[in-house]
Amino acid sequence: MGLSLSRIAAVVAKEFIQLVRDRLTYAMIIGVPIGQLLLFGYAINSDPKHLPTAVLVQDHGELSRSVIGALQRSGYFDVVSAARSQGEMDKLIERGTIQFAITIPGDFTRRVVRRDDPQILVEADASDPAATGGAVAALAQLPQYALMHDLKGPLATPSATGPPFEVVVQRRYNPESITSYNIVPGLLATILTLTLVMMTALAVTRETERGTMEMLLSTPVRPLEVMIGKLTPYVVVGVIQAAIILVLARLLFGVPLEGGWLALAIGMLLFIVGSLALGFLISTVTRNQLQAMQMSVFYFLPSILLSGFLFPFRGMPVWAQWLGTILPVTHMLRVVRGSVLKGVGLGDQLGNLGALALFVLVVAGLAIKQYRTTLD
Amino acid sequence: MTLAIDVADLSKGFGSLQAVDHVAIQVEEGHITGFLGPNGSGKTTTLRMLCGLLTPDSGKGQVLGLDFPAEAERIKRQTGYMTQRFSLYEDLTIEENLAFIARVYSLDRIHERVDETLDKLGLRDRRKQLAGNLSGGWKQRLALAASVMHEPKLLLLDEPTAGVDPQARRDFWDEIHRLADEGITVLVSTHYMDEAERCHDIAYIFNGRLIARGTGGELIAQSGLITFEAEGERADRLARDLAGKPGIEMVAPFGAALHVSGTDRAALEKAIAPFRRDPWTWSEVSPTLEDVFIQLMRTHGGQEENLAA
Repeated sequence: MGLSLSRIAAVVAKEFIQLVRDRLTYAMIIGVPIGQLLLFGYAINSDPKHLPTAVLVQDHGELSRSVIGALQRSGYFDVVSAARSQGEMDKLIERGTIQFAITIPGDFTRRVVRRDDPQILVEADASDPAATGGAVAALAQLPQYALMHDLKGPLATPSATGPPFEVVVQRRYNPESITSYNIVPGLLATILTLTLVMMTALAVTRETERGTMEMLLSTPVRPLEVMIGKLTPYVVVGVIQAAIILVLARLLFGVPLEGGWLALAIGMLLFIVGSLALGFLISTVTRNQLQAMQMSVFYFLPSILLSGFLFPFRGMPVWAQWLGTILPVTHMLRVVRGSVLKGVGLGDQLGNLGALALFVLVVAGLAIKQYRTTLD
Repeated sequence: MTLAIDVADLSKGFGSLQAVDHVAIQVEEGHITGFLGPNGSGKTTTLRMLCGLLTPDSGKGQVLGLDFPAEAERIKRQTGYMTQRFSLYEDLTIEENLAFIARVYSLDRIHERVDETLDKLGLRDRRKQLAGNLSGGWKQRLALAASVMHEPKLLLLDEPTAGVDPQARRDFWDEIHRLADEGITVLVSTHYMDEAERCHDIAYIFNGRLIARGTGGELIAQSGLITFEAEGERADRLARDLAGKPGIEMVAPFGAALHVSGTDRAALEKAIAPFRRDPWTWSEVSPTLEDVFIQLMRTHGGQEENLAA
């Protein structure tokens, strides 16, 4: 039997009617591409500038000021803090407050004048190689022009002898700039996001769709009991997934597991519970599994794009960083990288863990408030 | 007589639709009350309000001696509710479903209760079977058994036998009568006339309003309906000639026979007089409940109820 255009047209027309009538889906079809295009188009920048930098200046001469001025003018470095000791700088970089720590040694001016191999030290938090790539490349040019105005007259160097000083770059946490060291721990957070949010959103919506929710509601089960009961199995699922990812990260990708296990465990548990509660919240809004699926994806996209997982967090404009800060994935990524790559302790992770805990409280509270014990 | 349900002024609207409109409902303890009315007349909404699944806009009274709706949670615990659509878990086995229900009601002796229920149903051998694989009739019997596991005093059944074959329906109703004999009060919505006749009392709701109440016999008597039956060669074909004649309020074919009803005897007889001849024979019969319900529907607003479904 041949194809009938009119029959195809009938099916097409029917599909369109159903599509437009499902308001939430319709809104997502129109709204999601526009919203996300604008959001990500403006937010994502793979060559981040204005990276927070701390300096430890042990030489208070004219030349040091020139070097720092040149660093600032390159656009890549924002000096946010002047450290007084190496220990202070280490703390800042461990906590992730700064991306670069620059040390100008005490004998800098003397060595420049004497042309005795002067050096400045740049330590970079290279756990995300993409975040530091551009800045490190800019450093290579620095010695050529940084002291151009200072080294005149008797101090002028013949160009043949090369640049007046050397920049030594030390990449910390991921010295070989191996992308997978950054991506694989990041996947822990993103994979958990996708599977856990979607699984719970579907699990609850399925009950509504199949009509079993009506039976459940007619029994004495309380909302909190339903929520805890529904989420507990998925917490187990989440923990198993996390363990699998960590083991594979070690075995297949050789990701260094530096320690910080307690912070990692607490962070992971909070993150898993928060993601599940979010899925539950989604399910209280959506009416069918398709909508639940779409909403989960809608949440998942910013989670990978704005959290610092795929693109450097510091490369985003401030408003996008604020949005990213709302997402639990952002904090989870910091916890995972802090533990897995830097091996920092619980104390330095408290900020991120606190953010995750807040997320759990807010989302679970909303979900409980939204969940109806009646069919109204 | 004691009333298990005595609620007045029960109302519920969804947007612009007034699903239930100031209904007063009374159900006698230990009785099976049939809840009838066309689709979309508010039966399901009423049942859902009574068991606490929906919050009524208005309505006051008592259910099982408890204040309605203030004590909805306590009413819920003593009420069994069976949904129109099969609402146990199709991907759990029969046994797992029953055990789940027993647990959410915090029952004691869960094992024994599940076994007893399985025995009562005659499903002991099939306990490991997925509930989703049961036939329609078995699903309903399982759902009924599940809804009485916590030994409720009141049972609300929402069209429990829709789409179930006659034998299964009969078994189901035998079970309902057994439960009523044990003292459970039953309020059951249905579209089937034979089921309406199996009820002690009938409440008829239409467009969200309760328009008739009583035993089947009382409803027939109250209707004042007179019915003549025509038999003979293709008597049903007379319907076209008789419909709409003055005095004839209703014409309904019953197989090859024809029921013609009206409330004005003289006018009715006058209308059928031209057809009192060969090959047809006429006799006066008692109106059926169906005749009464269709008349109730007509006199209370034509066919508009179908829009509200």
